[in-house]
Amino acid sequence: MTPRLSIQDISVRYVGAAVPALDRVSFDLAAGERLAVIGESGSGKSTLALAVVGLLPSRTVVSGSTDWPGLGHPPVNGRDIGFVFQDPGASLDPVMRVGRQIAEVAYTHLGIGWQAAHATAIELIGRVRLPEPARIAEAFPHQLSGGQRQRVAIAAAIAARPKLLIADEPTSALDTIVQAEIVSLIDRLVKEDGMSLIFISHDIALASTIADRIAVFRAGRMVEIGKTEDVVAVPREAYTRTLIEAAVIPLATSADHAGGGQS
Amino acid sequence: MSAALLELRGVSKSFLRAGQPVSAVDSVSLDLGCGETLALVGPSGSGKSTLARIVMRLVEPDSGEIRFDGVDLAAAQGEALRKLRRRFQMVFQDPLAAFNPRATVARVLDDPLRIHRLAGRDERPSAIAALLERVGLDRSLAGRRIHEISGGQRQRIAIARAIVTKPDLVVLDEALSALDVTVRSAVLKLLRDLQCEQQLSYLFISHDLALVSSFAERIAIMDAGRIVETGPAAKVIADPQSATAKALVAAIPKLKTGAVQP
Repeated sequence: MTPRLSIQDISVRYVGAAVPALDRVSFDLAAGERLAVIGESGSGKSTLALAVVGLLPSRTVVSGSTDWPGLGHPPVNGRDIGFVFQDPGASLDPVMRVGRQIAEVAYTHLGIGWQAAHATAIELIGRVRLPEPARIAEAFPHQLSGGQRQRVAIAAAIAARPKLLIADEPTSALDTIVQAEIVSLIDRLVKEDGMSLIFISHDIALASTIADRIAVFRAGRMVEIGKTEDVVAVPREAYTRTLIEAAVIPLATSADHAGGGQS
Repeated sequence: MSAALLELRGVSKSFLRAGQPVSAVDSVSLDLGCGETLALVGPSGSGKSTLARIVMRLVEPDSGEIRFDGVDLAAAQGEALRKLRRRFQMVFQDPLAAFNPRATVARVLDDPLRIHRLAGRDERPSAIAALLERVGLDRSLAGRRIHEISGGQRQRIAIARAIVTKPDLVVLDEALSALDVTVRSAVLKLLRDLQCEQQLSYLFISHDLALVSSFAERIAIMDAGRIVETGPAAKVIADPQSATAKALVAAIPKLKTGAVQP
C-alpha cells in the first residue's frame, strides 16, 4: 500500500550545534495509522515534527526527504497537516474570539465564505465536545480552562480536514483527568476522519493507549520502532525498557490488588 | 498519629473574583507525621497549591488553625517566624521560574546559608561544594549560571536550596512534573535518601496519581477546595471511594500490554 507520508534519512542540524538534532531517521506512515514518537527532552521528537511541517528555522541544515506519495502536490500546513501544540494558551490568539480562530482555518483552506466558515466553526466546537458551541465560539481564550482551550486548538487543527494530524505533547500542560479526555477525543476524531496521527509524547504509557506503532527517540536517533504491543511487551532497547519500567512501577500496587501482575 | 509535625484544622481561604468570594480551600483538616510523605492529589484548580502556600505561610488563611511541631504557625511573627521558616521549605514545579536565571549556582545556595546564618563567609564555599555533592552534582557546577544548566540539574539545585537549612518539612509542589522519566526517577531516589537520613516529612503535591503511588505513604484527594478522601496510597489507588479519586485512578494511562484494540 502507498504510504501517506514517507520519511527517508532525515537529518537536521541547527546553526551552531555540535551534534545533529535528528540523525538519519526513516519511516513510513500509512493512511489512518497512528504513530507515537516517544523521547525525552532533546531527543529530537519535536524537531521531527517541525521537519515534517517545514517549520525549522531558516538556516537549519536539513538533508533527506519527506514525500507524500498520494497527495499529488506539496502539503499545505493547516490544510493537509493539522498541528496541535503543547500549550494551547500560546498557540491561540488571546484577543480573537475562538470561533473566529477556527473559522479562519476553514475560510483560508476550504474556499468557503465567512458565514459558512463560522457555521463550520460552531459545528467543530460541537465535535470536540464543548458545551453550547454558539456561546463558546464568542469566548476569548482566557475565558476558557486549559482543557477547553486545547479542545479549541484541536478544532482549529482539524478544520480543513487534514490528512495528517501532528500532536506535540498535547496534554503535558493539563491535569491527568483532562489528559485522558483529550487523548480519547484525539483518538475518536482521528478514527472518524481517517487522519494519520503523529503523537509526540514523553509518556510511553499514555502513547500506548492511542498508537498503532511506537517510535522511540534518543539523542536525535530513532532507536526503536515497532507495533505498540511488541515494543511494550518485548522492547529491544535497554533504554525503551527504562521508559517502560518508569511507567509500570506506579501501577504495581493496583495490579497486585487486582491479583494480576505486570511483567 | 501521636506526634504530628503538621496539623491543619478547618483551614479555609477564599479569593475575590469579580467582587465575589470564591472558595479555594474549604475547611481542610490534615495531619502529617514526622518522616512521612503525604501526597495531595487533585485536578487543576482544586486548591492544592493554595493549600501549599498556606502551609508555607505565603498566603494567610481566612480561618482555621495550623500547628507546626505544636507551634501555632498563624500566630508566629518576626524573629520567631523567621526561625520557624528555616524548618519548612518548598520546591516549585518550574525551577527556572523559582530562581534568578542569571545567578550562579553558588549564589543561589549561598543565600540561605547567609540569611539563616548557617555558615560563616569563609566556610560557605566548602558548604556549597558539600551540598552539591549531597544532591549528586559535581562541585564544579557552582560557577555556572542557572540558565546554563539542565532542567534536572536545576531541580536538584532547588532541592539543595530547600534542604540546606535542615528542614523538617519540604513541600514539593509538582516538583517532578516537568522532569523527564529517567531524570525523575533519579530525583525521586534522591528525595527518598534525604528522607531516610534527615527524617524529612514531605507534602507532595501532584495531579498525577501514578507518580504519587510510588513515592507517598498516604494520599489526600482534593477537589473544589475540600479533602474528599484520605488513606494509605496503595489502598486509595486500588479501591478509590470518592468520585474524584475514581476519576483520577481511571485517568492513569495504562501501558497497553496485551490484546490489540480493534
